[in-house]
Amino acid sequence: MTSPADASAAAPRLRIRGAGIRRDDRELWSGLDLDVAPGELVAVLGPSGSGKTTLLRAILGLQELSEGTVEAVGQPVRRRGNRRVGYLPQARPLPPETPLRGRDLVTLGVDGHRFGFPIPRRGDRARVSALIEAVGAGSFADRPAGTLSGGEQQRLRVGQALADDPRLLLCDEPLTSLDLANQQAVVELIDRHRRTGAGALPVTHDINPVLDIVDRILYLANGRFTLGTPREVLTTRVLSDLYGVPVFVSEVGGRLVVVGAPDAESAAHHHDGPEGEGAA
Amino acid sequence: MNVADIVQAMFGGLSQYGEILALVSNSVWAGAVLGLVGGLIGVFVMQRDMAFAVHGISELSFAGAAVALLVGVDVVTGSIVGSLIAAAIIGWLGARARDRNSIIGVLMPFGLGIGILCLSLYNGRAAGRFSLLTGQIVSVQSEQLGWLTGICALVLIGLLVIWRPLRFDSLDPQSAAARGVPTVGVSFAFMLLLGLVVAVAVHIIGALLVMALVVTPAAAAMRVRSGPLAVPVLAAVFGVVSAVGGILLAVMGTLPVSPYITTVSFVIYLVCRAIGSRRDRIVRSTSSSATAVPQP
Repeated sequence: MTSPADASAAAPRLRIRGAGIRRDDRELWSGLDLDVAPGELVAVLGPSGSGKTTLLRAILGLQELSEGTVEAVGQPVRRRGNRRVGYLPQARPLPPETPLRGRDLVTLGVDGHRFGFPIPRRGDRARVSALIEAVGAGSFADRPAGTLSGGEQQRLRVGQALADDPRLLLCDEPLTSLDLANQQAVVELIDRHRRTGAGALPVTHDINPVLDIVDRILYLANGRFTLGTPREVLTTRVLSDLYGVPVFVSEVGGRLVVVGAPDAESAAHHHDGPEGEGAA
Repeated sequence: MNVADIVQAMFGGLSQYGEILALVSNSVWAGAVLGLVGGLIGVFVMQRDMAFAVHGISELSFAGAAVALLVGVDVVTGSIVGSLIAAAIIGWLGARARDRNSIIGVLMPFGLGIGILCLSLYNGRAAGRFSLLTGQIVSVQSEQLGWLTGICALVLIGLLVIWRPLRFDSLDPQSAAARGVPTVGVSFAFMLLLGLVVAVAVHIIGALLVMALVVTPAAAAMRVRSGPLAVPVLAAVFGVVSAVGGILLAVMGTLPVSPYITTVSFVIYLVCRAIGSRRDRIVRSTSSSATAVPQP
């Protein structure tokens, strides 16, 4: 016998059926089926221009699908934006004169969507403090946001994304331009949150920092996709098949590297360089 | 003009200062409210990198007022119409910063040209002509002053209502949209509020000098503070001090008000910049010494 709570815990955090997106007459991908189970972490990989960010935007309701359906946290995606889904955008440094403290980045997650006179609600302050504590940002949360390092800002953005304890966490290149220590810190925060039973869907161009915590990989390339465990997907045979050109996966110094993968855009229009003519 | 003339122009009215103050009290109030709202909205202007847009809107607001002057309808209404049209165009076509700047660059000379054309065709009192460009608050009729003050109050309420979503959108539009903030609507509402403030400012300080009340106070505040409450409050205080201080200084003599307002606001900015760079140095030296500590 299962109570309703158990049933909801077992329901997928994300369910995508037959989804496809066309943009400028080019099919980014189509026929995508994906379930993300509670506590599961599915990394989205692929060359730039393959539609990884577009997938996240579709899940948030910010991008309309050309076909198919998306259910996020048990509900069909209809409206623009969804507070029940956490979203961690790509790390961009804030301008130095940003008129906010580090703490206020987290506050935006708690009350940034509310219209009306900006009067704090009871409990908001405690919620913000708890989130700051959870992401280990207590020591720098009261400094001006613009003076914090990229890693410190990104930790606070994680706090912002977790404001409503989302059961699905989307991350768009969460580790870009972070140093190794901060990469590890952010990876650990994502991992810890999905262990509470949330699904996690980080988009990344480099699998190595997250390889230890990844359950499955969704690899988008060439208008197609492959879904499976890292062992299944990250092989020379599977990726060569996906890209349609020879691609090599090898392990160098404990890191997986993919060699010879063309970018989505440059693959579309290859042409001879001028140096070819000069050589003749 | 010798020194005695200059002193006379600047301080000639000092003996009747009390009576003059009574005459201009409405102007002082209008200036105070505009300074308050201008300082507040300026914080978002700075964060959204829209100082140039403020200038563009003010030139079209000037054009609207000049057209109104020529065809004989209310000048304040004309400036508001011009301002809102400009704000709507910039908000609609200029979502990205680069597009925005080119659109403003195209609109601004056109607006100025229309305005100058209308002013040259206008046969009325010459005194009113260039006050739209350089401002002369004390010559605005008291009925219109009431309107200007009311518009500022309206903007203040509107700004407070959208304050948190606007702050989110100004900092990180992607995250704001992801969390359900209607970013397009918020941006558009902000442009309309900005248009209204600029239209008021055109009458009080003049189209060419609007930025002294809508950009400078916020820029000064952001040099010295970074709190979400401290910056807007300080910007509003700077705006009020500039506007009211400028009017109070100007009515001592016979010189126009606007140069006083721009000067006060500029001096505040200089002081804040000096304080800010000193603070930066201290922060940098303490943080570098802090990192030096753990090393053997």
